[in-house]
Amino acid sequence: MAERQFQVLAVDLATGGHERLAFGGRTELLGGSGLAAGLHAAFGHPELPAEDPAQPLIFAIGPLTGYFPLMSKVVCGFRSPYHNQYAESHAGGRLALALRFAGLDALVLRGAAATPSCLVVGGERCSLLDVHYLWGMDALETGKRLRTIVPEAAGHRSILRIGPAGEAGGAYACINVDTFRHFGRLGAGGVMGRKRLKAIVVLGDRSAPTPPGKSYASLFQTLYGRLTETDVMNKYHDLGTPRNLIPLNDQRALPWRNLQQTNDAAVTAISGERFADELLLRNSACAGCPIGCIHIGLLREQFADRHHYLYRQVSYDYEPIFAAGTMLGLTRPSDVLRLLETIERAGLDAMSTGVALAWATEALARGVIAETETLLPLRFGEADTYDRAIDYLASGRNAFYERLREGTGAAVAAYGGGEFACLLGQEMAGYATGEVFFTSQAYGFRHSHLDAAGYSFDQTATGRDVDAAVDFLLADERERVLLTSMVACLFARGAYPRASLAAALEAVGDGALASDLEAAAARIQRLRWRERLATGCDLDAIRIPRRFHEVTTWKGPLDGAYLDALGRAYRAALRALAAD
Amino acid sequence: MKLLRAVRMARCIGCHSCSLACARLVHRVLSWDRAGIRIRSSGGLTTGFEARLCLGCDPAPCVAACPTEALRQRRGGGVIFKREPCIQCGACARACPVDAIYLDCEQRPYVCIHCGRCIPFCPHDCLALVTVDAEPIARGQAASAATAPRPADGERAPGEGGSDEEEQGDG
Repeated sequence: MAERQFQVLAVDLATGGHERLAFGGRTELLGGSGLAAGLHAAFGHPELPAEDPAQPLIFAIGPLTGYFPLMSKVVCGFRSPYHNQYAESHAGGRLALALRFAGLDALVLRGAAATPSCLVVGGERCSLLDVHYLWGMDALETGKRLRTIVPEAAGHRSILRIGPAGEAGGAYACINVDTFRHFGRLGAGGVMGRKRLKAIVVLGDRSAPTPPGKSYASLFQTLYGRLTETDVMNKYHDLGTPRNLIPLNDQRALPWRNLQQTNDAAVTAISGERFADELLLRNSACAGCPIGCIHIGLLREQFADRHHYLYRQVSYDYEPIFAAGTMLGLTRPSDVLRLLETIERAGLDAMSTGVALAWATEALARGVIAETETLLPLRFGEADTYDRAIDYLASGRNAFYERLREGTGAAVAAYGGGEFACLLGQEMAGYATGEVFFTSQAYGFRHSHLDAAGYSFDQTATGRDVDAAVDFLLADERERVLLTSMVACLFARGAYPRASLAAALEAVGDGALASDLEAAAARIQRLRWRERLATGCDLDAIRIPRRFHEVTTWKGPLDGAYLDALGRAYRAALRALAAD
Repeated sequence: MKLLRAVRMARCIGCHSCSLACARLVHRVLSWDRAGIRIRSSGGLTTGFEARLCLGCDPAPCVAACPTEALRQRRGGGVIFKREPCIQCGACARACPVDAIYLDCEQRPYVCIHCGRCIPFCPHDCLALVTVDAEPIARGQAASAATAPRPADGERAPGEGGSDEEEQGDG
């Protein structure tokens, strides 16, 4: 029997031309991460830079998308304007189900539109709308306008859009997905901007058959029960990820004020508990996931005297609170929400924005840069100033902000101050847990805390075993790449052990994929790294700045020799993996 | 007689688990449209969610509009759909005042059969089967039943199989 292939819609944004393709082999690529890497290998141009319009922007779902709960994410594959290499970013919202119900496994966008445009894709539709009047509009306002411009499939569609930062091709501009979710890191929004693509609307206006036989419904019931009737997911919908603030602070592992500190008693003012008690308005969910991990805070602002108020709804999580909170020395939850909303409107990645501004604050204090550059007296703890700085960053107000919009590393190259830049391949995530996490993020595939649980290894390992740590990082990445090829939310990793994934694939008629998941995971892990290395990744060029060597956690001062040994071993292991 | 009511929609998180369950279990399809209950925001995700589902009118405007009696009045409110006589004209959907009938790309209607199979899939008990008078009720009373006694918070909604007389979709 011929192998089933992926259904891919390839769009040339320059002409509006499009074609539906049968692509690749499902057994080889599975979907999601594997499919995106396979498509990038086929459609990408290793010899051209990230900003070339010929480079593809890819969105891929997996074989279980829509068929089982928490199979609700999409992988975006692209050549990153941040480091000019192949990258992945993941988001949820309604996009995964919308693609499934548009009958697509993946969407591949090439070329640049002649005018600012919105791509509308559905089961039987692919059209490019001229939306020049939306150019310059913030990401939230753009979403509102698009609901009127494209009224079809209301409630059963996904709206992706960029803000001013993406329009400018910003290296850490995000793609906003359905208001509260994002392809956040490494600049997918900048890729859209370079393509003059202001927005994408995916209409989930068709259906798919359910698998034959009784096993599917029965397995669905079992998995759904595991997710909703046990406490396996409680932590995600109760306080959510912000529950980590106090424990990490207690471990002296919470970055404060550009990582000058890892602990501050003020954490109680900005904890997950405080956010939930004071500002949590409601929870929301990605389509197809009953957990409801999206925490939406209510920001109430007095805009005039005599009790005139407005309100905003801002989603929050641990990482944004770290980046727009502790890293900037802010200890009022409402200040954090205010900055997050400004970041949202600008269409920037919250983590990179906060960490970049933290570096700028310390650089200004140390005299590495002057106020003639920052235009503002940036100081830790002063939210009003940061609020304005975010706008300056998004718009590239002057040469300094234009540089900083290209990444903290780009600003360091121009101004210095690299020793206190909190860079681990990109701006750090909120875990100052020690050597293994720093190594994991610095050299990991996505430079993300989601590549592997290096922070967990730091927290639980008793010794300093380089080989054990590197083996753990590689194995954990392999497990995660399997989930992100399905495409599962990584919060589901406890609920979908290998046997459950295999059973789910069997139930949807993809038994061939289930037969050897270990080999498939290794194959896709290797494929992703090969794609990354083929686009110019030089692991040896990545340095871990001195600031990280100065960190003291609950385990004491960071062990520089251990950190160096981990880096050497992990880099060698990754090169060997790709060459295997 | 019981009718499905979205009694606690203020709790809805927009996961679509109810629609997906209806499509999967009643209509044997993977869809968030081809279902008797459909979730959408009230105008963007910051405005909360609303459920589009049959209010259980009696007499039902969609029944009156159907030229082939594919839709018949269900005792106690709502309708019974028979696939065979349906000529896919779409008159039922146009007649429904609350947009509770979905027409697929072939103009085939999908409407709630008040079976309650979606209820166990709601993580926040937004849905419930509510008992209504078994006798035909006067025009105008059906809608008021939607606001009639709300099950108390914490009360578990009944499971699937609340009604056994309806035909099962088009499975």
